[in-house]
Amino acid sequence: MSKLALIDYGMGNLHSVAKALEKVGADVDLVKDADALKNYERVVLPGVGAFRDCMTALKETGLDVAIVEQLKQGMPFLGICLGMQALMTVSHEFGFYQGLKIIPGAVKHFPESHPERGFKIPHMGWNDVAFAADKPIHPVLSPLQNKQVYYVHSYYCTPENPEHMLAASSYGDYPFACAIGRDNIVAVQFHPEKSQKAGLAMLESFVNWNL
Amino acid sequence: MLSKRIIPCLDVAHGRVVKGVQFVDIIDAGDPVEAAIKYDEQGADELTFLDIRASHESRDTLYHMVTEVAEHVFMPLTVGGGVKALKDIEGLLHAGADKISINTAAIFNPELVKEAAERFGSSTIVVAVDAKKVGNHWECFTHGGRKPTGINAVEWAKRMSDYGAGEILLTSMDADGTKEGYDILLTRAVSDAISANVVASGGVGTLEHLAEGLRDGKADAVLAASIFHFGTFTIAETKTYLAEQGIPVRQV
Repeated sequence: MSKLALIDYGMGNLHSVAKALEKVGADVDLVKDADALKNYERVVLPGVGAFRDCMTALKETGLDVAIVEQLKQGMPFLGICLGMQALMTVSHEFGFYQGLKIIPGAVKHFPESHPERGFKIPHMGWNDVAFAADKPIHPVLSPLQNKQVYYVHSYYCTPENPEHMLAASSYGDYPFACAIGRDNIVAVQFHPEKSQKAGLAMLESFVNWNL
Repeated sequence: MLSKRIIPCLDVAHGRVVKGVQFVDIIDAGDPVEAAIKYDEQGADELTFLDIRASHESRDTLYHMVTEVAEHVFMPLTVGGGVKALKDIEGLLHAGADKISINTAAIFNPELVKEAAERFGSSTIVVAVDAKKVGNHWECFTHGGRKPTGINAVEWAKRMSDYGAGEILLTSMDADGTKEGYDILLTRAVSDAISANVVASGGVGTLEHLAEGLRDGKADAVLAASIFHFGTFTIAETKTYLAEQGIPVRQV
């Protein structure tokens, strides 16, 4: 059992992420208080809503600084959807906003939709998780081999360092990073809490991940 | 590759499943949690719950039901029925729904869709469009297909998509209940016209109908009720069939 902080920055619904983590054995607390974060063994940053609002909320509560500090200390971190995008340097969502700058790179919007070609925004539904053939699969992501997971997003991360790319997917003709990370950090664009068995298995491997 | 989604639809009233789900091994056919677990096991890609007797008094019961379901299945849940205001949407999202379907309220107050999409995100907002053929076009109807609105359904779907709805739940009131297949021309017309995802609904009797909706209607997802509830086909059989037709589906 590991004491897990689920960051609550006042946006969206944490219910499903909390329930999914509990289902796989985590002892979950919703954490709003920046000072409390250091008392936990692992941290999950979920994400619903807009990048700007997310960063504003994290800054107002001091959680931005606390998260970066704990990441430096080596606390295992899982970012989900917007919680992945928040790790990047900047985002182009509704303007130009600074992220947590943990993973160098930008958050970009998919090109305009082309309904006649079946390319619609947001990218919504079940899609692949593809691993590079010449790289070992990250232990947290290993349950996702040959599985599809549930995505809902219009923006995607473009890490500058190919080493930070843990898995890729593609929508229409556009490949994108669906999992990034380094050291104690893993972040995914899809929603493991909505990806049935495969998603729960991934959360379980995060909860039991020993660096 | 993005899979086409297969969505069983459950009608609920007072927090119970109505219009019978008839799985052989289900103990309580009215229990939404049990039905959801069954569909989860079969590999449904998503579940839609429509509260057909939505009333102010039954809101809490619906919220409670959504919470219960969301504690047991970890897949996208769409909930609709009687959604009139932002606070209804907020309540359902907090209960554990991922997407909220707005029907009649969108017709009377289109701005609600715009406000909801801005506040909760496009991917959260579904607009249900009930369309019926009138002359050589389709028109939106309310109250279960009884009341005409004079609104062109394809133009309406486009407007709702432009207002930020991430998905259109498109039901042909002509096809609904016939088991003769989706209205493919309607589905195709809407799919080609809008940026939002299109979920085809109404009229499914065979697996071929599902394939037609996805291939010829160009829908992103297909919704069906009776063929799944009455055990005519399981989700797994459905997906095997669709995969044989060359349609991308998620195998579990």
